Amino acid sequence: MITRGHKILFAVLLLACVAMAVALIRLRERAQDRLQAQAAEEPAAMTESAGSPPRIVTLYVPNDLDGSLTAVERSIPLPAGENAQARVLLESLIEAFAAPGTTHPISVASGINDVYFLPVPQGRGETKGQIAVVDLSGALAAAQPSGIEPETLTLLSMLATLHANLPSITQVHFLVDGQPRETLAGHADLTRTYLAAETNPQPSPVPGGTP
Amino acid sequence: MRWIDAGALAVVAAGVMAGGWAQTSGPPAMPVPPPPVQVQPRFVVALDAAHGGSDTGARFGQDILEKDITLALSVHLRSLLHARGIEVVTTRESDIDVPLLNRAETANHAQAAACLVLHATPTGSGIHLFTSSLNPAPSARLLPWDTAQAPYITQSLKLESEIDTALAHSEIPVTLGRASVQPMDHLTCPEVAVEMAPLVGGHVSHPRDITDAAYQKQVVESLAAALEQWRSDWKQP
Repeated sequence: MITRGHKILFAVLLLACVAMAVALIRLRERAQDRLQAQAAEEPAAMTESAGSPPRIVTLYVPNDLDGSLTAVERSIPLPAGENAQARVLLESLIEAFAAPGTTHPISVASGINDVYFLPVPQGRGETKGQIAVVDLSGALAAAQPSGIEPETLTLLSMLATLHANLPSITQVHFLVDGQPRETLAGHADLTRTYLAAETNPQPSPVPGGTP
Repeated sequence: MRWIDAGALAVVAAGVMAGGWAQTSGPPAMPVPPPPVQVQPRFVVALDAAHGGSDTGARFGQDILEKDITLALSVHLRSLLHARGIEVVTTRESDIDVPLLNRAETANHAQAAACLVLHATPTGSGIHLFTSSLNPAPSARLLPWDTAQAPYITQSLKLESEIDTALAHSEIPVTLGRASVQPMDHLTCPEVAVEMAPLVGGHVSHPRDITDAAYQKQVVESLAAALEQWRSDWKQP
């Protein structure tokens, strides 16, 4: 025998279930809208860089023959937002890898999937700043010549270029296609975080120089 | 976190060499102090031919693989060092997969006075010498596995300088650097990664391919000479 009280309780629970389902659907729709808006903003930021005034940036271009990083100044339009700026800087550096007469040949159409920022966890001996998480494309890793020197130079040139133009970046961690990976192309360790202090590039930029 | 008991390894090695364990059998009637034993420190070189088996390393054209070049260099260098009376341990003697952990354990267990990690690359020119990118740290009895090399960095830089001098004597261009390549950070010995590249570029009078036997011989002889010099300078820690 179902009492009146049970019936009321059942009706209330049913109503609560329906209300929660509606609320969840609404929340999901809002989250989807937010993600779509972010995705739409990102290419807009990238295209905005074409319209924004050019800025002098310093790219650290590796030289495989002597193991050095050479500072090269370039004038490129940078978008607003540090994430987009970091991405444009690294794409410009990778373009230099593929330029004629390059000293560090890597030919790839798109080398960077994304760049994310994390605050450096404040602990013993940690410096202030940001960790840039650079998501390299699988195509870049596949095109990267295998060897300790070429792989290390690729990573250090990215680290030095990011730190020189966005000094708040003090550490860089690398992923490949969004996943952690042991090495870039069989040698350079990608399981660790690289520190800006590890780069020792040439101090004097070459204005308008070619790599 | 994994740790290495560096002190225990040293105590065990010294005890075995001094014959301390062999003298414990049978109760002595009178405690006679043992005569002073001159412990001859062992000078051992550990050679790690990088890659092997399914891990081919870099490719040089269609057929030549880094794992074969590093093995050839290791075998040749081992022979030269034996001829000079230097004891050698190697991480591999054939085309097999050797986990990074086992490579480090082989070198660490041997209490090597020098560890060379041999690599080859198609890019760059001459020989690239790398030491670990870890910061130097004071020695301790227990060493964290991930930074076990840190107390040996100063010695590693000296060994690198010795090899640099020997290669310069043979007029082979050398590039020096720091790198993060495993298993280097786990080795408890003065260590250098030696990466062989072709001889190319404007400053090279006679360009040479990495498979050039004369070039390989020149490199290996320079390494053997450097390790012989290292032995004469070496003092057991």
